[in-house]
Amino acid sequence: MVEQRERPLLSPRKQCAHCGAEFGCAEGAPGCWCESVVLRRATLAEIRGLADDCLCPACLEGFADRDRDERAGDATLALEGGASATGWAKAIPHAAVRARGVPPLWGLCAVLFVLGSMLFALAVGPISIGTGSIVESVLSRLPLLHVHSPLSTVDQAIVWQLRAPRVVLAALVGGMLAIAGSAYQGVFRNPLADPYFLGVAAGAGLGATVAIAYASVGGSGELLPLAAFAGAIFGVACAYVLGRSVGGVHNSGPLILAGVTVAAFMTAVQTFVQQQHSQDLREVYSWLLGGFASADWQEVALVAPYIAVSATILLLHRRLLDVLSLGDEEAASLGVDVRRVRLLVVVAATAGTAAAVAVSGLIGFVGIIVPHTIRLLVSTSYRALVPLSLLVGAGFLVLADVIARTIMSPAELPIGVVTAFFGAPFFAVVLRRSRRIGS
Amino acid sequence: MSVALEAREVTVRLGRAEVVHQVSTTVQRGEWVALIGPNGAGKTTILRALAGLVGFAGQILLDGRPVATSSRREIARQVALVPQHPHTPPELTVAEYVLLGRTPHIGYLATETRVDRLAAERAIARLALRPFAERLLGSLSGGELQRAVLARALAQDAPILLLDEPTSALDLGRQQQALELVDSLRRDDELTVVSAMHDLSLAGQFSDRLLLLDRGRVVAEGNAREVLSEASIASYYGASVRVIHENGNVFVLPQRAVHR
Repeated sequence: MVEQRERPLLSPRKQCAHCGAEFGCAEGAPGCWCESVVLRRATLAEIRGLADDCLCPACLEGFADRDRDERAGDATLALEGGASATGWAKAIPHAAVRARGVPPLWGLCAVLFVLGSMLFALAVGPISIGTGSIVESVLSRLPLLHVHSPLSTVDQAIVWQLRAPRVVLAALVGGMLAIAGSAYQGVFRNPLADPYFLGVAAGAGLGATVAIAYASVGGSGELLPLAAFAGAIFGVACAYVLGRSVGGVHNSGPLILAGVTVAAFMTAVQTFVQQQHSQDLREVYSWLLGGFASADWQEVALVAPYIAVSATILLLHRRLLDVLSLGDEEAASLGVDVRRVRLLVVVAATAGTAAAVAVSGLIGFVGIIVPHTIRLLVSTSYRALVPLSLLVGAGFLVLADVIARTIMSPAELPIGVVTAFFGAPFFAVVLRRSRRIGS
Repeated sequence: MSVALEAREVTVRLGRAEVVHQVSTTVQRGEWVALIGPNGAGKTTILRALAGLVGFAGQILLDGRPVATSSRREIARQVALVPQHPHTPPELTVAEYVLLGRTPHIGYLATETRVDRLAAERAIARLALRPFAERLLGSLSGGELQRAVLARALAQDAPILLLDEPTSALDLGRQQQALELVDSLRRDDELTVVSAMHDLSLAGQFSDRLLLLDRGRVVAEGNAREVLSEASIASYYGASVRVIHENGNVFVLPQRAVHR
């Protein structure tokens, strides 16, 4: 495309693209004559089809006259440019100045993906139950609908007491891991950043190992999530403090090195403890690999508040994450307290992830591949990335859990194996096909 | 005329190095002041101090209010900084990028309101970017990108515009156009402009006043005729130049020492 000559800017005379007449134009500055012309939005679209720029007063008035008859009946006229319910707008033929949020089509796809995978997961198992009956059973639980559940008492129990908590927990954890990954990548402007990287994994692993090894026999069930949660928070706190002390909060390099350092140390302690308590290795190992075999409504209730609060905070920061993509200095010059934003996002993402890890073990890879897949397929703007990560992460982990519990049924595969085994090749394909890696 | 910006004995240390030493100046509303000087003279650092981005000793007043005790947001409503190498995420549209300039006017966790969209739209129209509003930054030419960055700064609605080498990435024609544009923005919107500039001819032709810096100190201050002399350029830049004043314009021409 030939670059537009920049000269006309300095001379306010323009040529009308419709009739060729010359006219004065203030380029949409307040007070320009075109502000007084009001058109139907459909007409405005038609004019934009004719020309990129404004038309001359005579032509615009012509269009306005054509519309005026229809307008007579309209009592409420919202004249401001923007979405007016009446379908009228100022004649300023401005291009839409708005930030793309989640593209509607992709948003719909993501919602359908989550609902579809949850429904699928409820239906699949040793006893398969028709998806239609499950939908009716779900509807029967809603007030005011008066739908009768077609499921037998046994099926009812299978769906609602065995499968549903597991599905909901997988969705919560998957959504949390993915949204936390996208937020970490945003605040550190590093495509590899992820709470796991910064010590969550090592800290939680250490906490869980200690709980399993030292708690009195049978007492670890209660203690384990708490210990894993505390360990995860402690891991990130150590990494953050260490990274900050070497000036690493401005660029992510030192911080990630600090994370690696802390992780190495904690893993060493963890291995030592395991060595000393080799009789518990199996239990530790199965926890480390992650899974939802023990999911019940109590666990859902335990983590849901953390994840809800954390995800809400991260969702509210999506515009600021876009501002941070301009770099610390420019974000600061736009009035953003970069350190505060970063700290708040890190705390929220870490707390949510720690809660997720506490009930599910270490499920790797979700926080990296889900946000990057969305980046490559949809958009690199955090306004789209953060909400979509939540949805897609939820659906992804629900499906992974279905695979984990069915593929070698009645045995269960650790879900971490599934996420990496199926996630990695899929991500490789996405990566190869698009070749445009956002930062 | 009223004072837009005042610096009193501003000293900036980066690590152990004292980069700016006791710089004082007063910039009137609507004035264009150019900071000139050789590489490392402290031009960029002064701009960063004016925008409150580096700590400093001394005092900087924006519209009478000290920078040191103002919040980030208050400063951002007073000054818009255009860095020499702005980050322009290639996958943002021009409209989205310009909207980011509204950040100082948007609540902490809020999103843009209609007022913000109209302000961004005005800035886009003002810089003749309407046809590009929905294009991705990554698809723009250097001149278009420069206008997008200026539009973002304009959308900030700050009365003071700080420009760091605004023309360094542009060809000759685009340089002139960009500076004419800044000048017309300055007149129409009554902006105050402080710019760091490499090209001495352009600095002399566009600015009202020049501040010649060397190793963090102001060594000369005044209009082009007073500051741009062959002797001072030779001594501070180590350059051999001819300076021509003609019809109120100034031309600084590099001249090669004659080898025989």
